[in-house]
Amino acid sequence: MSDKIIQIAEMNKWFGDFQVLKNINLEVEKNKKIVVCGPSGSGKSTLIRCINRLEEHQEGSIIVDGNELTADTKDIEKIRAEVGMVFQQFNLFPHLSILDNCTLAPIWVKKMPKKDAEDLAIQHLEKVQIADQASKYPGQLSGGQQQRCAIARALCMEPKIMLFDEPTSALDPEMIKEVLDAMVNLAKAGMTMIVVTHEMGFAKEVADEVIFMDEGMIVERAETKEFFANPKSDRTKLFLSQIL
Amino acid sequence: MNKLNFLQTDKNNLNTYLYTGVILVVLSIFIVFLNSFFNKDIISFLPGSISFFLPLILGFIGLHLIRIDYSSLKLLDSINKNINTNNFNAFLSLLIVFAVIKSLPPLLSWFIFDANIAGDSKDVCTGSGACWTYIKIWFNRFMYGMYPNAEQWRINLSFIALAFLGTIGFFATEKFKKYLTLYYVVVYPVIAFFFIFFFISGGPIFFDFSYGIIAAVISVIIGFFIPSKFKMYYFIIVPITLYILLKYVFFYEELIELGKLEALEWVETGAWGGLSLTFIVSFFCLIFCFPIGLFLSLGRRSDFPIIKYFSIGMIEFWRGVPLITVLFMSSVMFPMFLPEDMFIDKLVRVIIAISLFEAAYVAEVIRGGLQALPRGQYDAAKSLGMGYWKMHILVILPQALKLVIPGIANTFLALVKDTPLIFVVGLLEIVGMLNLAKTNPEWLGFAMEGYVFASVLFFIICYAMSKYSYNLEQKYKTER
Repeated sequence: MSDKIIQIAEMNKWFGDFQVLKNINLEVEKNKKIVVCGPSGSGKSTLIRCINRLEEHQEGSIIVDGNELTADTKDIEKIRAEVGMVFQQFNLFPHLSILDNCTLAPIWVKKMPKKDAEDLAIQHLEKVQIADQASKYPGQLSGGQQQRCAIARALCMEPKIMLFDEPTSALDPEMIKEVLDAMVNLAKAGMTMIVVTHEMGFAKEVADEVIFMDEGMIVERAETKEFFANPKSDRTKLFLSQIL
Repeated sequence: MNKLNFLQTDKNNLNTYLYTGVILVVLSIFIVFLNSFFNKDIISFLPGSISFFLPLILGFIGLHLIRIDYSSLKLLDSINKNINTNNFNAFLSLLIVFAVIKSLPPLLSWFIFDANIAGDSKDVCTGSGACWTYIKIWFNRFMYGMYPNAEQWRINLSFIALAFLGTIGFFATEKFKKYLTLYYVVVYPVIAFFFIFFFISGGPIFFDFSYGIIAAVISVIIGFFIPSKFKMYYFIIVPITLYILLKYVFFYEELIELGKLEALEWVETGAWGGLSLTFIVSFFCLIFCFPIGLFLSLGRRSDFPIIKYFSIGMIEFWRGVPLITVLFMSSVMFPMFLPEDMFIDKLVRVIIAISLFEAAYVAEVIRGGLQALPRGQYDAAKSLGMGYWKMHILVILPQALKLVIPGIANTFLALVKDTPLIFVVGLLEIVGMLNLAKTNPEWLGFAMEGYVFASVLFFIICYAMSKYSYNLEQKYKTER
């Protein structure tokens, strides 16, 4: 049991009257890489936003690293600190330099000494190959560089899980590759990752499993090879035929 | 030589057009100049209406002639680009230039040439210009109100000390830079308050102030030898203990009564006034209304109903009542609700009233900035494990406040210009003193000079503030 880092059981979520997530059951083991795909509006983003409680679920349970997420979770910040997240729109802090973006949370949330935080940040920025831009501001970087900085920023908190919410959807085609490369390297280093993406090439290369969602439900979950070779449901087949 | 076409100027005959045009424009300005400064009408031989419009017509034709695109003369190009883009703009430019020339002589003669400044009674003011003697004689009152002349050094000293303490930030070394915010938000206002109220008021209360200063200095000196681990507790406990020791053990109050120690003369706040009071009221209202407004704006967006509706109530109440009634209530109604033996100084009540009033405006300005931030910033901060306060202090407020610098500067300028309203409770800052001085039987009829003087002072203050806010905007500009 202990290597199940995320356990979601019978989870339901509504936005007003509209049910976005229906009866979600999902278990993720440590060091697994999961790709979530599906048409827009199918609840993929909402699902992973529920995992670090940027959205609240109404029914069922979500257990992240042994802590159940409920309305009265006092130390939700501690759980969030262990779950890194990368957003579609980067969401870097525009008033801080790249380096400060990366050191802000380690210094103030993890109480790390400034010197250590900066060393750590440079180390992670080097991994995503933008250490030379450290003193610039986000507005001066290209989209791809910003997204790689956002990955480094999340990694600086040394999370156990990384969530990616369509990290390449807002990028120009030629910048997608540099971001995907950074993600592939991260995957090879053994990070637990849940990635919402339409990049099927990335899924084939690194994912252990692929989840297909539609209308708020998990339609299909399979090993990557199996998923692409012979999808079971008709909805998946239709989706794959359109996207590939 | 190319054919000249005066309706359609072109580059080929650049010099011809240029010289003709410049001569015409200069001539037109010269005519107006002579007329205005020396009262000589050199074109009076022409019939009435033509002589009136001739400068305008000449200048207009001149400007038309020099309107040549890409002449490669820098000055000409910049004139054409900025004031002479088409006939209509040329016409407006000419009118403005003429209006300035026309209005200069009367202004100059009122302000300088026909004005009087010598002497010390109103008998010297015989000219048609301003009587600056009036300002000179009353200057002290305009600056310090009814404050005793012999004690005015206390006001000067306080302001110099505050100005000096305010500039400490520029000299702080790298090691102390991170404490600067704390200094400016907490320490500086407290010091300022002590200085202004205990030092300018004087009286027995001044001893409290001096005990406080001595306690603070001694504890800071000892503080250097305390290990940093205990510094926090040290700085909370030791200064207070020292203060109490000084007050009740070493310096018995009896010493004062025995006359062995002489206090500063007590000056009640009602006697304060003039420009120094304008500064005091504006300064305290500015530093108090900002944090209150900040908390109200956050409170209005809070998830807790009590905080939320309290904030909304405060904001809507203070925005809904006129300042003059607030001031009136603070001085007349408010003391009635206090217990018999409790007394809050009039000036303090006024400062609280104005601060709360302006805080409501500041709150709404800041809320505008908070709403302008994309939701992603909140998401990103939360996903990094920040709680409410860390998120707001580190991520949200720095961005939101940067956005609303112009709006806050606007509110602050309005605040400074609202301070004259405190005359309704009998506090006379500079405009109040002017109104008082102009009713003095010996100095009747010089209201104009007084108001001009006050406008110049207010303009200097407000322009400095607006410049400063603009500099702040530029300093914190990081996008692109």
